[in-house]
Amino acid sequence: MRSTSRYRATTQMIATIGVVTLLTACSGNGGTTGTGGSTGATGTYPEENITFVVPFSAGGPTDTVTRMIAEPMAAKLGGKIVVQNVEGAGGTVGAGEVARAEPDGYTVLMHHIGMSTAPALYQNLDYKPLEDFETIGLVTEVPMTIVARKDFQPSTLQDLVTYVKANADKVTLANAGIGAASHLCGLLFQTAVGVKLQEVPYEGTGPALTDLVGGQVDFMCDQTTNTTGQISAGEVKAYAVTTPERVKSLPDVPTTTEAGLPQLQVSVWHGLYAPKGTPQDVVAKLSEALKVALADQKVIDQMAKLGTAPVPAESATPQAHRAKLEEQLGTWAKVIADAGVKAAS
Amino acid sequence: MDLLNDLALGFSTALAIQNILYCFVGVLLGTAVGVLPGIGPTATVAMLLPITFSFEPVTALIMLAGIYYGAQYGGSTTAILINLPGESSAAVTALDGHAMARQGRAGAALAAAAIGSFIAGTVATVVLAVAAPPLARVALQFGPAEYFSLVLLGLIVSIALARGTALKALAMIALGVLLGTVGQDIYTGTPRFVFDRRELYGGIDFVSVAVGMFGVAEILRNLENEQASTAITSRVRNLWPTREDWRRMAGPIARATGLGSALGVLPGGGHVLASFTSYAVEKRISKRPQEFGNGAIEGVAGPESANNAAAQTSFIPLLTLGLPAHPVMALMVGAFIVHGITPGPNVITDEPALFWGLIASMWIGNVLLVLLNLPLIGLWVRMLRIPYKVLFPMIILFAAIGTYSLSFNAYDVYTIVFFGILGYILIKCGCEPAPLLLGFVLGPLLEENMRRALIISRGDATVFLTRPISAVLLVLAVAALVLAVLPAIRKRREVVFTEEE
Repeated sequence: MRSTSRYRATTQMIATIGVVTLLTACSGNGGTTGTGGSTGATGTYPEENITFVVPFSAGGPTDTVTRMIAEPMAAKLGGKIVVQNVEGAGGTVGAGEVARAEPDGYTVLMHHIGMSTAPALYQNLDYKPLEDFETIGLVTEVPMTIVARKDFQPSTLQDLVTYVKANADKVTLANAGIGAASHLCGLLFQTAVGVKLQEVPYEGTGPALTDLVGGQVDFMCDQTTNTTGQISAGEVKAYAVTTPERVKSLPDVPTTTEAGLPQLQVSVWHGLYAPKGTPQDVVAKLSEALKVALADQKVIDQMAKLGTAPVPAESATPQAHRAKLEEQLGTWAKVIADAGVKAAS
Repeated sequence: MDLLNDLALGFSTALAIQNILYCFVGVLLGTAVGVLPGIGPTATVAMLLPITFSFEPVTALIMLAGIYYGAQYGGSTTAILINLPGESSAAVTALDGHAMARQGRAGAALAAAAIGSFIAGTVATVVLAVAAPPLARVALQFGPAEYFSLVLLGLIVSIALARGTALKALAMIALGVLLGTVGQDIYTGTPRFVFDRRELYGGIDFVSVAVGMFGVAEILRNLENEQASTAITSRVRNLWPTREDWRRMAGPIARATGLGSALGVLPGGGHVLASFTSYAVEKRISKRPQEFGNGAIEGVAGPESANNAAAQTSFIPLLTLGLPAHPVMALMVGAFIVHGITPGPNVITDEPALFWGLIASMWIGNVLLVLLNLPLIGLWVRMLRIPYKVLFPMIILFAAIGTYSLSFNAYDVYTIVFFGILGYILIKCGCEPAPLLLGFVLGPLLEENMRRALIISRGDATVFLTRPISAVLLVLAVAALVLAVLPAIRKRREVVFTEEE
């Protein structure tokens, strides 16, 4: 894991030297490195830049959500938040790094549903979600949508359930790779319906969605972030959203409960974490700032464009977040074990 | 005259002062990462993406796109000058480009690459403006079965890259395909040929293989003779293509532009195939096929035009359907989302200024690239006068640093050494590195698509023949194979290509 820190340091160095000199004027995050070390009294937190580690690539949905809330959170805290992408192995590289970081409140992790699936997927995980982190609060629950190629026969979710049961040997279910949200949702769908389908893995959402739009595969379940554009343009057919509420940007798409498959509840939930041992008042400050950010009209509008919404204020707390994490760890341990899935790494 | 209105909108957007500035920054950075071995456009875009979040959306996308196609320009420079391809497409350029450099014609080769790229880029941009939506529909007809057949055809066609016997070329392709299977299987996560080394889980790095097989092996070979102590060439002839060169370039550039534009549209790897399919076509139809590999300007102008045309048209699936064809474009989808634009088919109608502005900026970017690259030719060519014994240690050093800095994996550097020695042995055996490299690049695509096609068809292999596009491509592949290995033809090839300098 040493190499990861070196990678970060050097990436930052290259970016700083090569680019920031060129673009300082327009850069939102120019000189990024903090002074390091000195944090005695927490009463004056924050005294230096806070780093939000995103364990996925820049520009991805999780990264986007992080950058949205970073600005209003920084304003509330009266400091500066720097977003850093530490990619690799389904988010476990970045999470592991934060687990081992100094618990001083200056290193914070944004992670999604992958926090709860990693223990079941990765045998050699070098951190424990419940033991190595303080939960700060939930951020958003990005709904998933069940979508199909536009000429796929079933027209409603009920039809789909009947159809896949009758044609289990013909139907193909795409996903964006082992452990991806689309893979997890697909597993849950098969459990809910009680059928085993032929899964077709792709390397990422892009190629999977391309083949779905092109009619090469039958259906998949993916985040609204990825599917909204294709659904509104009529390139794919949407059966349902997997959350209790409908999604504003897709008003005509029913929820799974409305459409008769209430067992299928899944969202790509995001939460903020600090390393275990971070002072409680610092966690409280972060949680407070999170609540303020989630009530920010600009954040609400930006999230709406992604087909999601901030969680209600009572979920943006350490307690609600921990409860969700515990519940999800249990759910996924079972679903993943039943399906016999392992991400070797 | 909607198109004219749209283009007017596009140019008024792209010509805004900050957009021109960032277009220039993008192509400049792209050229730089193309020239430097190791760092590619994907890593660069990933690093720069967060900085663009504070830009206007169209400005951000203009700059990121500039890095992508700018890198296609830059990659040919090192391939021609020092036989060091930085990207898969430039491996083909190295064949004749470097041969030209050794004959003192590096200037002409670089100019041919730049001019061919510019013409192809311009035409491809027009294609994008005029026919993007229908072309995207055609591209969607390509499923896993079609890609498998297309890649297979490409591999067989690449036999033409070799100067020696077809059999040895086939063997090299097969070896390349096998090397491409190293690493974790994407379908099951099973590690393959990793010998319990975690460093090999991610597969073998392309740049390390290219640097080793081309650069290091070439150096080892040169050390055999006294040339090692002098410069690559002391006689630098005219920097510009001659009248004869121009005449010979015209056809290849035209054909390559068409070929590259068509293949570039295919999101599953069409752009990878463009440059060497063009090379194979030019060699096949040339009246002087014996010159290919020994400094034929067609072998530079064609592939370079093809890869630049493909770089432009590969934006079609992204812009018209919101579907990324390349890791760089997947990052650009992220840029759309961050700026609150939902990527998808509605971008053209909802954000016309962005769509047309980006297209117009591509043409402006191509102009900037030519203006940037032509004056540099004199400078680059002077580099060849540096004595060999000074230049090559520097090249190896740069390559090693570049490769290492990408993922801090010392194995990538060991890989250079390994493939350097392997490349030298293969050259001694009369086997050439280019087909191996292409097998290495295309092998994973071949496997991935074959398995996906078979998963979807439930193991029914006739799917490759019952789907019409796939069947046609397979027939072409068989025809290409027959042409390549027919004994009579092979005999002629041997007579013509027995060159050992």
